[in-house]
Amino acid sequence: MKKFIIALLTFGLIPLSAVSQDISLKGKELFGDMKARHIGPALMSGRINDMESHPTNARILYAGTAGGGVWKSGDGGATFNPIFDDHVQSIGVVKLDPNNPDEVIWVGTGETWTRNSVTIGDGLYKSTDGGSNWKKMGFENSERIASIAINPNNSDEIYVGVLGALWSDSDERGVYKSVDGGKTWNKILYVGPSTGAADVIMDPENPNVLYASMWQFRRSGWGFSSGGENSALYKSTDSGKSWNKIHNGFPSGKLGRIAVAVAPSDNNIIYAVLETEDKTKNGLWKSTNAGQSWEHLNSDFGLVVRPFYFSRIVVDPKNPDILVKGGLSGSISRDGGKTFKNLGQMHSDIHDLAFGINNSDIIYSGTDGGVYRSWNGGTTFEIVENLPLSQFYHISVDDAEPYNVYGGLQDNGSWYGPSSSPGGVNARDWNSVGYGDGFRVLKHPTKNIIYSEMQGAENVWRYDVDKNRTKTIQPLPKKGDPELRFNWNAPMAVSAHAPDRFYMGSQFLHKSEDMGDSWTIISPDLTTNDKSKQDQSKSGGLSVDNSGAENHTTIFTIAESPLDENIIWVGTDDGNVQVTTNGGTTWNNVTPNLVGIPQNTWVYHIEASVHGKGIAYAVFDGHTTGDMKPYALKTTDYGKTWKSIISEDIDTRAFVRNIQEDYVNEDLLFLGTEFGLYVTIDGGENWSHFTNNMPLVAVHFIDLQKKTNDIVMGTHGRGVIIIDDISPLRELNQEILTKDVHFFKTEPFTMVEESGFSGSFGAETQFVGANKSTSARIVYYLKKRHTFGKMSMEVQDMEGNKVTSLDAGKSKGINVVNWNFNTSNPKMAQAKTLSFGGFTSPRVPAGKYKIVLTKGKDTYETVIEAKYDESSITTIAERKEQEALTQTLFDMVEDLAYMVYEINEHQNTAKDVIENHPKGKKAAEKYFNSLEALRKDLVITSGDNYVASAEPELREKMGELYSNVATSYDRVSGAHKLNFELISEEFSKAKMRYEEIKNKEGKKLMSFLEKNDIAKPEVQSKEEFLKKD
Amino acid sequence: MKTLKTLFIAILLVAVMPMSAQTADEIINNYFENTGGMEAWGNLQGVRISGSVNAQGMDIPVDIYQMKDGKQLVKINLQGQEMTQVAFDGETMWTTNFMTMQPEKSDAETTENMKKQMGDFPSPFYNYKEKGFKLELLGKETKEGAETYKLKLTQKPLMVDGVEQPNISFHYFDTENFVPIASESEIPSGPMKGQMSMNTMSDYQEVDGLYFPFDMGMMGQSLVVKEIVLNPEIDPSMFVFPEASTEGEGSKN
Repeated sequence: MKKFIIALLTFGLIPLSAVSQDISLKGKELFGDMKARHIGPALMSGRINDMESHPTNARILYAGTAGGGVWKSGDGGATFNPIFDDHVQSIGVVKLDPNNPDEVIWVGTGETWTRNSVTIGDGLYKSTDGGSNWKKMGFENSERIASIAINPNNSDEIYVGVLGALWSDSDERGVYKSVDGGKTWNKILYVGPSTGAADVIMDPENPNVLYASMWQFRRSGWGFSSGGENSALYKSTDSGKSWNKIHNGFPSGKLGRIAVAVAPSDNNIIYAVLETEDKTKNGLWKSTNAGQSWEHLNSDFGLVVRPFYFSRIVVDPKNPDILVKGGLSGSISRDGGKTFKNLGQMHSDIHDLAFGINNSDIIYSGTDGGVYRSWNGGTTFEIVENLPLSQFYHISVDDAEPYNVYGGLQDNGSWYGPSSSPGGVNARDWNSVGYGDGFRVLKHPTKNIIYSEMQGAENVWRYDVDKNRTKTIQPLPKKGDPELRFNWNAPMAVSAHAPDRFYMGSQFLHKSEDMGDSWTIISPDLTTNDKSKQDQSKSGGLSVDNSGAENHTTIFTIAESPLDENIIWVGTDDGNVQVTTNGGTTWNNVTPNLVGIPQNTWVYHIEASVHGKGIAYAVFDGHTTGDMKPYALKTTDYGKTWKSIISEDIDTRAFVRNIQEDYVNEDLLFLGTEFGLYVTIDGGENWSHFTNNMPLVAVHFIDLQKKTNDIVMGTHGRGVIIIDDISPLRELNQEILTKDVHFFKTEPFTMVEESGFSGSFGAETQFVGANKSTSARIVYYLKKRHTFGKMSMEVQDMEGNKVTSLDAGKSKGINVVNWNFNTSNPKMAQAKTLSFGGFTSPRVPAGKYKIVLTKGKDTYETVIEAKYDESSITTIAERKEQEALTQTLFDMVEDLAYMVYEINEHQNTAKDVIENHPKGKKAAEKYFNSLEALRKDLVITSGDNYVASAEPELREKMGELYSNVATSYDRVSGAHKLNFELISEEFSKAKMRYEEIKNKEGKKLMSFLEKNDIAKPEVQSKEEFLKKD
Repeated sequence: MKTLKTLFIAILLVAVMPMSAQTADEIINNYFENTGGMEAWGNLQGVRISGSVNAQGMDIPVDIYQMKDGKQLVKINLQGQEMTQVAFDGETMWTTNFMTMQPEKSDAETTENMKKQMGDFPSPFYNYKEKGFKLELLGKETKEGAETYKLKLTQKPLMVDGVEQPNISFHYFDTENFVPIASESEIPSGPMKGQMSMNTMSDYQEVDGLYFPFDMGMMGQSLVVKEIVLNPEIDPSMFVFPEASTEGEGSKN
């Protein structure tokens, strides 16, 4: 048998070593357990697209979010957990199978409230295990799915309403039907390439009856149109075989978006909300005969406002006269739709609502600012606090320790917060620095001043944080200037060369040398200045919607070279890349030199490189023309020539919004796409999708924090996501990938000396962001996952003495093991209760340490260095004194432990004599009792660990002092020293007492044992007793 | 020598296993055959697993007993004091209150859920059909950087806070050697309810012909196994809820 194995080995291995091939590791194989962490924020949450209740279990509730995936609550909406992180995060609709609502969940992706900043979906998904696993069920090119209806008598019969593409024609839209559980689909209602299905609903009592609202709509980079001849409300009474318009009573002419709902308790009552050409006929319509005729009831503001954003009505499950409608504030009627009042205070922009299934006083509301709950029929609302769905347009970081992250959010203002905070990054750690929609937020490079803005640069704020003073500083037109055109998300930039310099872009590049007090235009109009894209006053279609969101032919990105202040790059939303090499005196339009970029494709970001003055990266986003392809180019000659750095690894619909270069390794790049983060270590030849705790969320902006080497991402739906210390990726190359084990180099680690407080109030139901570990990070690469045989890791001093053991990571790819600089805790004397001081492990002194990884018979070593905190409040001499006293107390604690152990062993022998040898009973009793009296002064022998605890004895006092000294970051205090004297003295006395007892009572018993040939106490050596393995 | 043997077996597995498409049953059968054989696993009456958990420099010794008849025990040792963290004698499940160090019975629902798992030994996959469990191969997935088969196991439903809930877990078997290297399940109750918990298994070693993982990671912390004893001698009373202690201690407020 062995020969056979050897033969196999030989034959098996030779071909392997003979072929030398590049190892190409991607994604999870490469990144191993290098994981992203999420810091939120959740306090303002983010946009919700759809709410879904469980039909029978009131505890279960789902939220389909605009950009942050699907979240499930199992506690009636108190808290939520994400269940869709491996897939596209933009959700249109969530639907439970009424026949198996615990297990079968359908998700239609692609948000359906089509504002300018929406992202895209990629089809229909189904889970058959309550959301743990998902299977794609078609509709790859649907872009956005608005409705799902399932026959309550037959789970295989499913209707899907596909709203479809927003920025282009598409024939994958309309109403679809499956009769085989989603395996195949038939398009059963289609009216044209620009008209999609919005609401598709089923009669609650008769599954053959369906209603479908069709909507003609289109968006471009510079306008929006809702409505047309094709918008209509349809009904089918034969399971979708035939459809008829049900417009009896509706005004003639074009219609816009239509919301429709059947009262669950009376299927004759149908409500519809219309957008029409006649303003007086907009709003709520009602039918009491299942759609045969309609009556107009209400055109209040709340019923007609922004139909593309708020066309949702929901009827109380028990009472057909109670209905709620989405809107700026949301509206509720209790008289069958005749009159409405606003819903209670909550975040504005309500997109969907759900009544509690057993109690209509409970209302869940999905808003632009997360999910809200009402317990009193919609009068007061409270926010769900653990939905970190914040939608960043942009982020930046500063150089504080820990660094702060700055950024602006869709409809939720501008903020900054710490990347780490005691107890985790909490809601209360975030600071508001701007109103309205927030976009770019930049810290002044040297002063405690923050720049922020709101939409269209209507306000640009300079905020003096220390003085709490704000000034508006946006560039304003002066005599002779044309009207300035700012993007909705207007670009700003600070300079790496002159701290007070500040740039902004309209169609011109504006420069200020005094933090925005005065401005100079340093360029001509850098855009195409295409007038046909500049009239937004008519945007919106049937309902004018001129919010400024569609402003076009504007500058979108500004990049001053970090190497030369005279080199400035500008990119525009209409496709121009312009560069100056003389501080704006002349400009070079390098757009014609671009390769493979369709004309007028939005220049989303330009990154001016630190690796060479002529080097820059530009990414392009064509999604507002329906072109979802990823585009990223690199130039090394100031834009004269460009080269695409996109590979086939990137999803063909993952359009790109951002790129971040590494400051050390030119070939290491990070790409922010609509479907998450991609990383290349070879300058774009190969890209890896980073998916470790990183959902496929739209990454709008990436920054690399220079001191920590952290990649910080502003995502549009999951807040700020950080990958700590990417420096190992700099080192990765083919040579390393072929090694069995490779330790990555690390800089010396600071043993952070912080010991503040952090209240955890509210953490039960609030999102708390993960902190960066302050431990030493031991990072290594494993060629293969370790599964068979022993593998362990320990820290040793440079002489090879074990300091402590660590739990080794065994993943294929990169492993990260943290060591918090602790050694092992002391062995404590045995007692009735626990000495909490004994759970303390001392920190190591600064210095070099060996990390030894043992894998089977092989050992691999690396050396890391730990250094004292520069902000330490002690001198080195004081620190050494503290370390020495810690060691003295540690030894003392263990001496006591050994003494108590010895006493216990002797007592056991004495007990044995008392019980079994009557002749020696008296001597044994005396010895036992003397030892017991001593033991009771050494350790606690009664009570419990809580309020029935006994008074502390020597062990507890000693343990307490040991712990206090060991965990202190300050010098040893006078009180500590005096207390140490006292305890040392008590311990000396105890030792003397013990010796006396042994010499007196002990000797008597020992001689009895000898005489009678009885075994003496078997006591381990101290070394043996203290041995730790 | 043992390491060498392990290595040989690991390589042997790679060499002789067909690389064709697998069914869930084939994967499970391969796993049992490669780790000692169905028969040997079936004959196993119980195990004692001794190891330790490292928490911030503190090594906490842990002893785990798992018996074929469903009896279970987890004992830890803190500062020389042995504590039964959880025990189950087939009828009563109990724990030790950390404040009073006294035994306390687990709530009825938890105990009932434990009873439902009595037949799981030596593994829920063993004769899973007879137990009424369902097993499904969901496909391949990268776990711990390695290519694995993802299996979905559906056991008898659990009661969670008064409501019946499906009992589903996911198990990842390394495609190279057919041993599980990770498992996942949703945390059913408590402050982390709804989140997925992941366990990892590595350092498989042979114990009297059967292979066990000697490193079991739970939520980022490892139980490092020092010794596994098959069919250990047991004192049946250690699983049984102890009679109330009648220590007359004074209490203070």
